[in-house]
Formats: sequence, structure tokens, C-alpha cells
Amino acid sequence: MILTHINYFADLINYFSNTLGWGFGGKILGYVIIALIYMTFFSVAGLLLVYLERRVAAFFQLRLGPNRVGPWGLLQTIADALKLLTKELFGTDRKDNLLYHSAYYIVIIASLMALSAIPFSKGLVAFDVNIGVFFISAISSVGVLSILLGGWGSNNKYSMIGGMRSGLQMISYELSSGLAILTIVLMAGTLSMTGIVEQQRDMIFLLKGHIPALIAFIIFVIAGTAESNRTPFDLPEGEAELGAGYHTEYSGMGFAWFFLAEFINMFIISAVGVTLFFGGWLAPFGITDGLGPEWAWGLFWFFLKVFLMIFLLMWFRWTFPRLRIDQLLTLEWKYLLPIGLLNIIIMAVFVYFGLIL
Amino acid sequence: MEQVTLNTADLKSQEYFLNMGPQHPATHGVLRLILTLDGEVVKNIEPDLGYIHRSIEKQCEYEGYKQIIHLTDRMDYLSAHINNEAVALAIEQALEIEVPERVKVIRTIMGELTRIASHLLWWGVMGMDVGALTTFMYAFRDREMINDIMEETCGARLTMSYSTPGGVMFDLHPNFQKRVKEFIPHLRKVIPKYDELLTGNVIFQKRMKGVGYLSKEDAISLGASGPVARGSGVHSDIRKIKPYSALDKVDFKEIIYTEGDNLARYKVRMDEMLESLNIIEQLIDNIPDDGIQAKTKALIKLPKGEFLQRVETARGDLGVYIVSDGKKNPYRVKFRSPGFSNLNALIEMGKGHLIADLVAIMSTLDFVVPDIDR
Repeated sequence: MILTHINYFADLINYFSNTLGWGFGGKILGYVIIALIYMTFFSVAGLLLVYLERRVAAFFQLRLGPNRVGPWGLLQTIADALKLLTKELFGTDRKDNLLYHSAYYIVIIASLMALSAIPFSKGLVAFDVNIGVFFISAISSVGVLSILLGGWGSNNKYSMIGGMRSGLQMISYELSSGLAILTIVLMAGTLSMTGIVEQQRDMIFLLKGHIPALIAFIIFVIAGTAESNRTPFDLPEGEAELGAGYHTEYSGMGFAWFFLAEFINMFIISAVGVTLFFGGWLAPFGITDGLGPEWAWGLFWFFLKVFLMIFLLMWFRWTFPRLRIDQLLTLEWKYLLPIGLLNIIIMAVFVYFGLIL
Repeated sequence: MEQVTLNTADLKSQEYFLNMGPQHPATHGVLRLILTLDGEVVKNIEPDLGYIHRSIEKQCEYEGYKQIIHLTDRMDYLSAHINNEAVALAIEQALEIEVPERVKVIRTIMGELTRIASHLLWWGVMGMDVGALTTFMYAFRDREMINDIMEETCGARLTMSYSTPGGVMFDLHPNFQKRVKEFIPHLRKVIPKYDELLTGNVIFQKRMKGVGYLSKEDAISLGASGPVARGSGVHSDIRKIKPYSALDKVDFKEIIYTEGDNLARYKVRMDEMLESLNIIEQLIDNIPDDGIQAKTKALIKLPKGEFLQRVETARGDLGVYIVSDGKKNPYRVKFRSPGFSNLNALIEMGKGHLIADLVAIMSTLDFVVPDIDR
């Protein structure tokens, strides 16, 4: 399938290299600007999500949360980040320096790359490949590496247990989330993220695929929570058991990168979920079509939907207890995976006989 | 090159040691457990004590009898009032003082309030240990009401030192009855909500059911007491076996579950809170008015002999054993603390479970480390 729709990022590079005639240098400039936009988004979104999590947690817990620094406490997380920047990097004695320090770079690179393939709005996607969904799930499994490396390189038994747990968990749940994604891909007939969004113009996939899509959505939410290491699947951290799990021995920015990446991963999971099941940046029932620039409304709807999904994940975190490692694996291999497989067959039958709406 | 053949039967996983504590979030204080692990499976547990040892028993030998009470606040600080009461009762028993009825009733009400406060804190921490962080805040909201009631009457929120030999330090605050009567329906209303939030949760049930089994025989032979023993079906409530203060006048059930697992111990504590409310409700409306202090000498000297007083704290059977040689301070004081005996049960219960289960088991044993270490 040849993608012929608008891409503002491609236009930007085109403007510098061709319209201004700067050639290869203009291309590089365009790439740098796009990279800066994404990195800024990465840190701002990360900080905002941390703030949001603290506020949401506070309201669940009869507290107020951060409300002193800046308006409504909005600057609290920025102050925290500044504090972490100035802190000493303090690790264990005899840690494996290469693995220990490469761990947080890998986690940032993995989440930034996954971010690049998400369509934020009409034409706002930096890396618009025709295998977008596949690319995101492949890249997000690279994130496991960083946790394994951090756990192993820290020279701490708690970190190691945390790292090993996360290896088990993320690799297992990757299967389920992959199957859930494939169920939707069967219906869409394309792996491209923008293609999937465009296909939902008349009806979002969650409604279009009714029963199998709903099952796929539930599996996706469970597997997504597990992949982003959040309660009830936060075993790699398991603060009551392992201190802080794989990032016990990280301080200052080393810790902050892990922390930010965790929130960005949550954002990515929600964004993929919204794109696959809720029509991404499309307005629900097209209520804002023709009311101004489509890309602006797209951004609004996309972030609104993502916010609702993130809120759901936060809701889980602040109400559920944590699973045990054997229960976690039982849930995946004995329940989610067979159901997912069965579901994909059902979806295939539905699509073949045209039973989807 | 030499050919190396690998026999899979020779492949063994290696056991390793893990220091859990003294600084660890799950040990609720400075308890150190030396774990032998195989992967995540706990093979052996070796508790190492002494990180918060303050020689309270030895200090008691240098203090007058009135001062000992203040030291006992610092043992099991969550049932501070019950500890005070135990020492006061032991001294009164030795001096053969009959305390006024009002004192007995006040002590019982305060003791049950302390028990509820302790169980509330336990419930909050229990949730945290299995990963549900919100329970902590809910429990603290309701515990705060008890702390306020205590503060009004005793001037302290945690270490009350309210009982003295022969009576209580001050009379009740005029607001006391009103505030306790407000608290009772409030807690009755929120405990079903607690059940909704945590007890009924399917993950929580899976984590608790059948984990950390302690048989009735083991519970007796290891000297377990309190909710731990009652979760294994042992009739062990000192309030029933040997009622003290005003407990012989009230009608209450001893909560016993026979499953012996985490969930049974959990349910014992949850039901005990409601039962404590029953006790308070029976006493709060008719507090007799016959003074708050029996006549005692300014300098208390106990007659020669040995005296033992057992009470039921929130954690179990606390024994205060005083040996006196007739002087103004005791010859020897021994506290039989519930936490120490319950720690023995952990070694039995924890073996063969995963680390996560060990944390949950420790939580259902409800340790207060200064109570184990003294």
C-alpha cells in the first residue's frame, strides 16, 4: 500500500532541502529540528504525566498532591527534575560500568523511537512507515534489554531479581499484546499506523469488530499494563519486596531517565491503544469535521483519548494489589495467550464472512 | 580440543543469601532476615535481632515502679496503652489495691481503642505490602480520629503513659464520650468499604488464600499468640481466658478462624475491630463515677515475691513478670512479648514460599520490631 497522505514533518524537511535549496544540509537541519521537537515532547510529557500521576494518586488517597510550586503545583515535577539533575551519581562498588550506564540510554532511545511512529494528528508523525504497528512492538521489546542490563549491571541482588522478573514478564506479555494488535490488523488489513487511523473514519474498530475487538482490547489493556511495569504488574519494582527493583542502585539522572521512560511507555501503550481501538486522532462521530484545521482538532482528540486511557491505567495502579510472579505467568500462559489465539481465529472467521459491522 | 559432555542431571541452581533488612521496607523497622534463596524460593529464614535493642528490661531495674510504665510505651508502641495497663495491673496485683470501677472501665475503653488503632494501621500496611498503596491513607484517616480522642484526654497521641499504679493520670476529657460515639458508627460504615477495596479483590484473595499455613499444633508449640494463634484455631484470647479490668462485665466473642493461612489471620483482625467496637459500645454509656485514682503511696515499694500479669495486646499475649526484693525498684522485670514468639512462626511458615509471599506473611504477623527486640 502506497501512502500518499500529508505529512507535515516530511514537508518541513522538503522545505529546507528543496524550497530553500539547502540540499543535504537542509535535510539534516530538518531532522535535527524534528528530533528536538520529539525530545522536548518526551521530557515535557514525561514531567506532566508524573505530575498527573501524583495528582490522581492524591485524589484517590484523600490527599491534595503537589499544589505549592507554580499554579496548581504544575512546576513541582520540574523542580524535582532540577533537583535530580544536581544530584551525585552514586552507584554500587564493582558495578559493571558499561552495562550499568548503557541501561538508561537504551531505555530512552527505545521509548523515543517508539514515540516517533505514533500519529499524533493528521500528518503529524515523524516516522510514517508502512509497518508502524510492528515497528512499535519491536522497539518496545528493546526496552526490556535496558531493565535486564540495569538489573544485572548494578551488582545488587535485589536489582538482579527485579531485572529477571521483568525479563520474564515483558517477554511473556509481549506475546499477548502482539496477538491483540494482530487481531486489529486482521480487520484493518494494514500495519501502517496512519492507515489504521484512516480506516476508522466511519466507525472506530472497537465498535466495528464488536466481540473479538472488545476481547482484544481487554487483553491489550492487561498486557499493556504489564509491559509498562505498573501495578498490578509492577513486580520488577515491587517496592515492598525489592526496594526499588532494577533501579535500586541508580541515583540522580540515572534514576530520572528510568522514571521518565516508564511514564513515556505508559503514554505509548495508551497511544497505541487509542490508535488501534478508538480511532486515534479522529473526532468521535466526526463532530468537529470542517470546524477548522483538521490537524489541530486531531491533536485535541488524540490527547483527550490518550488522557482517558492513561487515567484508566492510573486507576488500576492505585486500587489493585500486586500479583505474585507465578500468578503473573499463569495469567499470561494459561489464560491470556490461549484466549488471544482463539480470539484471532474468531476475528479471522468474522472478517472472512464479513460479520464485522 | 577436549569434548565436554553436559549432563543435565548435574545442572543445579545455586542457592544464595540475601540480606532482607535491617533497612528494608517490608520489615517495618530494623529487623534483619538472612534468607537462603533458590531463585525466588525461600529455603531458609534466619532472623537476626538486636538492631533496636534498648535494654528496656535492664533499665526497669534502675527505675521506680511508676517510671517503668513510661518505658513500656516504647516496646510495642502501637498498643502503648495496653502495655501501660499491664504494668499497672501487675503492680496493683502485688500491692493488692482495688482500683475504682471508673478506672477499670476507662482502661478497657482506651485499650480497645488502641487495639482498633493498631489494627487499622496494620490494615493499611498490609495493603502496601501486597502492592495496594491506597489502603494506607484510608487507614490513617480513620486512625487519626482515635489519635485525636487520645490526645484530648491523655495529651499524647501514640505513647500515652495514661495508666498509673492505682488509676489513671487524668480524668476523661468532657468531649470523650461524644467523640467515641461519633467514631463507632463511622468505623462501622467504613469497614465494609475496606472490604470492597481490598478484601474482596480477586488478586488479594489469590495472594492470601492458602499462603503461610500455620497448623494448630505448630501455633501452640511455637508459642504464637494473638490473631496469629486465633487464625490457626487456638483459643488464646487473654481477655477471655483471664479477664482483667472491666472485661469480665462485657459480652464479646473471641474471633477464631481455623484455616491457619494469611486470609484467616487477616479476617481475625478485621473482625476483631468490629468486636472491639462492641465492647466500647457496651461501656461508653455507663462509665461509673467513683474517682480515677486509688490511694497509693508516693514511693511505691512492692512486697517480696514474684508477680505475673498477662494482657491481650493488639499483637497477642503480653506477660509482665516482676520479681521484687522489697526495694523501691524491681529486682528483675521480664516482658513476654507476643512479637518475639510470633517471629518463630515466620520461620515455619515462610519456607518454600516466594519472596513476595514472605512479605505478605510477615505482614499478617503484624510485627512491631521494638516489641521483638525491646
